[in-house]
Order: sequence, then structure tokens, then C-alpha cells
Amino acid sequence: MTDTAFVEIRNAAKSFGSLQVLRDINLKVERGQIVAIIGPSGSGKSTLLRAINELDPLSSGEIWLEGVQINKKLPHRQYERHVNQVRQDIGMVFQHFNLFPHLTVRENITLAPKLLKGMSAGEANALAEQQLAKVGLMEKIDAYPSQLSGGQKQRVAIARALAMKPKVMLFDEATSALDPELVEEVNLVMKQLAEEHMTMIIVTHEMGFAESVCDRVLFMDGGVVVEEGPPEVIFRNPENERTRAFLRKHLQTNHNR
Amino acid sequence: MDVDLILRVYPFFLQAAWVTIQLSVLTAVLGLACGSLGAAARLSRLRIFRIIGAVYVSLFRGTPALIQLFILYFGGPQIGIQLDAFEAGVIGLGVNIGAYMTETIRGAIIAIDRGQTEASRTLGLSRWQSMRYVVLPQAARLMIRPLGVNINALIKGTALVAAISVVELTYTAQRYIGSTYKPFEMFLLSGTLYMIIIYATGRGIAWLDRRARIT
Repeated sequence: MTDTAFVEIRNAAKSFGSLQVLRDINLKVERGQIVAIIGPSGSGKSTLLRAINELDPLSSGEIWLEGVQINKKLPHRQYERHVNQVRQDIGMVFQHFNLFPHLTVRENITLAPKLLKGMSAGEANALAEQQLAKVGLMEKIDAYPSQLSGGQKQRVAIARALAMKPKVMLFDEATSALDPELVEEVNLVMKQLAEEHMTMIIVTHEMGFAESVCDRVLFMDGGVVVEEGPPEVIFRNPENERTRAFLRKHLQTNHNR
Repeated sequence: MDVDLILRVYPFFLQAAWVTIQLSVLTAVLGLACGSLGAAARLSRLRIFRIIGAVYVSLFRGTPALIQLFILYFGGPQIGIQLDAFEAGVIGLGVNIGAYMTETIRGAIIAIDRGQTEASRTLGLSRWQSMRYVVLPQAARLMIRPLGVNINALIKGTALVAAISVVELTYTAQRYIGSTYKPFEMFLLSGTLYMIIIYATGRGIAWLDRRARIT
């Protein structure tokens, strides 16, 4: 089991009761690669992403990060310790931001580093400032989430995830809940991460963004990966009829907006 | 209305009100302790604790508090539990209101968006850390008002311990009625004192609620 890719998913399957939402999914992501997962809603793309950090554990299959199996079967206590550890290496950004509303921006960012990495208040503060500067929100450091716009909230959420120095970042429709005019500021931050060679797995509805940023695109439908390839192939010249139909429909709805 | 009589006996009613206040405070503290434990049990990962929590709640909400008090105070000695009336009152009422508080506390905790737990767990926080630093501080704000409702009910509920002869407001009224035959004045007097206690408590709760909102 030594020769695994940076992130590797093997034979992943998941069912909720009799409903099978993921079937035989295999995925390899090398360090620094950026992979987009696209597909209609209900295709299983978010479930797959959430399986990577054990938010929605797989029914069967394996998930590896840098040679460590994430979804190890362990007795409860050991399992909890194990996931608490591996999750520190996996940053996640949610559609609805999920900032902690009772904490300031600074506290949102410093909470986990202080608790889990034993950082002093001073160290954690410096880290928060550094991460906020990166997403361009230094002036909001003492604001509460309720005082921020959606785009600003999402940038803080990204800064919060980055503060744990993750090895990989997962984005679960990070811009889907945003007003159209706020999407760009979040995309810019993600592009910047791409330039810094952060390994990223991005579930998105934004084909333009996926095409310009990603190294590889997976099209999922009905719980399986229907087609996979470089963005220029998937978006310009897809082989599979389902991929074509999806992209056609998607382009239409975007034009009609 | 016999105002002279009221002026003569009110100091005794003030003493009784003090007993009611002591009863209420101790009951509230015990109730909060039982409620916290109960909520923790109801939300436990382990089925056995969830069952214990559910049985506790349905047992104590499903029977009259007066019967619970009688079982404890009159029935207790039969199974080796000897308590004086005040102790039995505090324990009986506290465990009873704790069942209601269990549901209040649990309700506030499960009202917090699941995304909060997910975001904190994703950062690597343990179940307990996520509860302690992310969920509970938010839930605490939500539970102030409904716990206030529970406390309001428990203050009025302290009247029940008159039935096991704790000398509090209701019992005192009954006692003076026995010697004066003036139930209107005596119950009015104790009712007024209940109202003052409840009003003051209500203001305190509202103040706590406002303060929790600002920060």
C-alpha cells in the first residue's frame, strides 16, 4: 500500500439504505494538481468530496492522503483520534461558509490552530493576520461574520482553512450561494491558491472557472464518474453523450440568465 | 378587605417568601444540573444513555409533580430515604423541572446548524471541542429565554411543597387562614409576593438574554 498518489480514492462506493449514491469511483490526484468535479445535482459529487474527510464516510473503498489511509476501520476511540488528526491536513470550504457567528474573524481563524497546534495567542494572531492579508481582508479582522458580505465570509472561511496549513483543499460549491457580483472575489482567491500549487479538489457549477483553473475535470452522473480528462477535452470535445447533454443544458441555462 | 390584618401579618409572609426564594434557587440549580446531564444523555452517541435520558424525561414529565413529591417524602422512608420536608421539596421539584430543562437544553443544541459542527470537525476539532467551543456558546444564547420559562414554572411549582408542610408562601397563607378565616386577604398577600418574585426573575432573564446578544 505504499505506492499511492498524493490523494487517491479506490473503488469508492456509498449507499444510503438501498439508494446507491456512489459506485466504483477511482481518483488519483497528484501533489499540486487541481481537479474539478462537475455534474448535475444529485450526481454524488458533493458526497464524494465529503467522503474524502470522513464527513460522509464511504460504505466501501479506500481514501488515501500522502500514504495515510483516511477511512481506516478502527475502534471508536482510535478512529476519532485518527480522523481528528488527518482532518487537520484537509481544508474544506462549504457552500454556506459555516463561519462561527459568535466569534470574530480573528477568532474564527485562530480557534483551531490554538486548540490543535498549541499555538500561543501571539503566534495564532500573526497567523490570522497573514492569512487575512492573503485573502485581502485585514481590515475585517475584528468584525463578526454578520458584518461581512457573502464573498467576504467565504474568503474568511478560506483563510480559516488555510491557517491549518492543509495538504489539500476541498471546495464544495464555494460560490454557489453567492450573488453573481461576489463570485469573482472568491474565484480570485482560489486562482491565487492554484498559482501557489495548492492541491485542490473543487466541486463546482462554474464551467468557465473550472476550465481556466483546473488540470483535470471529472464529470459525474448517477453516482459514477462518466468521463474524465483535461478541461479542454471535457469542455470542448467530450466523448460521452451524457457529458455533452449536461454541458449543453448548462450553457443554455447560463445564457438565459 | 381587612387592611389592618394584612399589615399585622405581612412580616411572616416576607419570611415565607424568603423560604420560597431559597427553594426556587436551589431547585433551579439542581434542575439545571439534571437538565444538563439529561441533555447530554439524550444526545449521547451511546444508545443506553439515550434510553436513560428518554426514560427520565417521560417519567418525570408524565406524572404529576405532586405525586413525585409524595412518593419521595412519604414513601421515601419505607425504602430508607429519610429527608426533611425542605430537602424533599428541593430534590423532588429539582429532578422534576430537570426533565423539562433536559428538553429545553437539548432543543437549543440541536437547533444549531449542522454546518457549524461540520466546519469545526473539518478543522480537526474533536466532538467535545466542537461542542465546547462552537456549538454550546451559540446554544447557550438560544436557551436563556426557554430556560426562563422553565424557571417561571418552577417558582410557581414551589407552591406544591405546601402539601408536605414546608413553611413557604402557600403554606403560610393556609396557616393564617386557619386562625383568621380571611382566605381572600391571605391568598392575595401570598399571590402578590409570588408575582414580585416572578417579575424580578423575569427581568433578570431578559437582562441576561440582552447581554448574550450584544457580545
